[in-house]
Amino acid sequence: MDSEDVKENRVPFSNRSEWSDIKPVPQDDGPNPVVVIDYKDEFVETMDYFRAVYMADERTPRSLDLTREAISLNPGNYTVWQFRRLILEHLNVNLHEELQFMDQIATKNPKNYQIWHHRRWIAEKLGVGAAHKELEFTRRVFSQDAKNYHAWSHRQWVLLNLGCWEDELSYCDELFNDDICNNSAWNQRFFVVTKSPLLGGLDVMRDSEIMFTIKAILAKPGNESPWRYLRGLYQNDAKSLLNDPRVASVCTEVLLGGSQYVHALNLVLDALIHQFQPGEDLKGAIEAVYSSLDLPDSTSDSELAKRVCFILEKVDPIRASYWHWRKTTIPSQAL
Amino acid sequence: MEGNGVATKSEEEQFAVWNQVFRIYDLVFGLPPHAQALHFEIRRDNHVEYLTRGLSQMGPGFSVMDATRPWVCYWVMHSIALLGDCVSDKLENDIIDFLQRCQDPNGGYGGGPGQMPHLATTYAAINTLITVGGIRSLTSINRETLYGFLLRMKDSGGGFRMHDGGEIDVRACYTAISVASILNILDHRLIQGTGDYIMRCQTYEGGIAGEPGSEAHGGYTFCGLAAMVLMNEVNRLDLPQLINWIVFRQGVEGGFQGRTNKLVDGCYSFWQGAAIAIIQRLRSTVMEQLGLPLSKTDFSQEGAADSSNSDQEEHSEPESSVNDICQSEVAGVDHNGDSFIKALQEIGPLFNTFGLQQYILLCTQEEAGFRDKPGKSRDHYHTCYVLSGLSICHYAGTRNIDRPPRTQDIMGPYSNLLEPVHPLYNVVFDKYQEAFRFFSSPES
Repeated sequence: MDSEDVKENRVPFSNRSEWSDIKPVPQDDGPNPVVVIDYKDEFVETMDYFRAVYMADERTPRSLDLTREAISLNPGNYTVWQFRRLILEHLNVNLHEELQFMDQIATKNPKNYQIWHHRRWIAEKLGVGAAHKELEFTRRVFSQDAKNYHAWSHRQWVLLNLGCWEDELSYCDELFNDDICNNSAWNQRFFVVTKSPLLGGLDVMRDSEIMFTIKAILAKPGNESPWRYLRGLYQNDAKSLLNDPRVASVCTEVLLGGSQYVHALNLVLDALIHQFQPGEDLKGAIEAVYSSLDLPDSTSDSELAKRVCFILEKVDPIRASYWHWRKTTIPSQAL
Repeated sequence: MEGNGVATKSEEEQFAVWNQVFRIYDLVFGLPPHAQALHFEIRRDNHVEYLTRGLSQMGPGFSVMDATRPWVCYWVMHSIALLGDCVSDKLENDIIDFLQRCQDPNGGYGGGPGQMPHLATTYAAINTLITVGGIRSLTSINRETLYGFLLRMKDSGGGFRMHDGGEIDVRACYTAISVASILNILDHRLIQGTGDYIMRCQTYEGGIAGEPGSEAHGGYTFCGLAAMVLMNEVNRLDLPQLINWIVFRQGVEGGFQGRTNKLVDGCYSFWQGAAIAIIQRLRSTVMEQLGLPLSKTDFSQEGAADSSNSDQEEHSEPESSVNDICQSEVAGVDHNGDSFIKALQEIGPLFNTFGLQQYILLCTQEEAGFRDKPGKSRDHYHTCYVLSGLSICHYAGTRNIDRPPRTQDIMGPYSNLLEPVHPLYNVVFDKYQEAFRFFSSPES
């Protein structure tokens, strides 16, 4: 039932014989209301009747129907949703039907907190059997908006609580094929790699994930997502990360590429701060970039971190004050 | 993020935004100076009129806001306060009365009269009442029952539920902690386990997510960070990584995005900007996490051009160890919000304040009201958070909240200057002060 049906077929509650025993309760906005909404008549009436059953705590099929009408008028009314849950429990309603209702209203309200929370509540009650359907549902949502935050949280909750991890990594791959810049997909990949009971955990997965991420970086070095993911794989231990020759190599390659190297330098800087000793190739690449820009002359070997900051101040000017601050927070051992 | 090869959907959308934004910038900066200046003025009277109207009547389309009316009160009243203006006494009294009707006898405030209490609408109601200020407003808050409500919303996992039977996330944690703190009813029972929960929400990217495992997000980052500071547990977050993630959320447009590879949105001017402003007062904690001594001061209002460690004009020695709440002798969580705001802002602006001001003034400001980005419509929510973000920009370079910003810190005429906010609560500072005194006094 959507709002179009409500308009055309709607019979006012006052004309419905099954509601004749109920005295509607008007909203108590007081004599001097503020933020007044110019509700339509059907809204006022529906909510007046809702207040009546809510205050009487009537948990019957008719009050269940009433909550559906109220929800269609304002899906954000969390009080109605909560009361609906109480009724559903009391009446022991078949929750598969409830899920169908949710499917109907989801399309028009993809970012509504109450709807997603209600869905999670249903899924929890249905248990493991609901896993597949819920994953399918979020997939449909992602086909419209691949970054829908609620949908991603829901999908993660389903995986953690109801299982069904088998296809998750390949689903991430699908999303990457669509859009390698989809940060939600990268976040999901991290989630799967670290949490999936089928994969063995981060330590086991790290090596292949580094290969995968490096490929993504080389295809689009300006894409921030894989760079952050790379750090994540080493739990933000930038020094260990750069000690991996493949990582040092991709940084070098990106630097030599002549553009799109901000993220590479961001990573290198963190490693240098932690006393990472770069090899000659990487050092050479940094020096090449440095000398290509019009920057102060500097000969000291030990000031590499500082020179990286100078580069970043110049090529990433929106963050100039941040890079300036980073310069002042280089430990003396790294200088 | 310029493409190698075929542009992805994310990149295409980003190009479209850059197109619109830089077209606006080119247009404005191509004008003669006198005509240009007009674009940088905040249209105060228009905004106040638009906001005040929102307090009286909204059309039937706003039925979907029927469960969020205290929010509208807050967005409007806070915006008006930021603009240094006010509403009539009658309107203020009407607001107090209305929120009183939203207050549940068992504690907390709902989205409207007769609705269940909800943490977000409670936060909005409390912040509104504090913004209105005055005895009548502040005494209308039943702190006893509110404490009970907050405790009932506490989940065994350490987080908070938004309402009875509602969702648990970092927003709920922040709204609960913020309200308890500003009303001086924050205690160990309320904060128990919340720090653990929020820590689990810091992601591999450095930002904070709504729930453990979810994506780092500007709104939740502000919520998580502010809550941790109020609980005196901010040192448990990885601050250098957090800072790095936030600063990379500012794009060449000048505005902030909410998540990596997503689009700029005016409201993040506050969520992300205030998060940085909060961190600028946490120098001791940050330096400790970096393993650096406190002796050097790095505060420089000269900005990037000056590579030396220049001292601020009036102070030579930073009073960090006394002011930083993590090192202070303050037991428990009393007055954390107060010690925080009294502490000096010892790290200089870490984001590009002029870039953000430019985006705000030229891309979000409408004839009346503010919006997400060009092409989107204005609303009260964006008006509130864009203005809040603008205030953050104005004060990002001042060490002490009591001192006015310099002319060169304000984009446009100096008359653009907004009121300062307390960045942990997002309430105008003077109003926060009044509430702090009121709720700390033994008689209250």
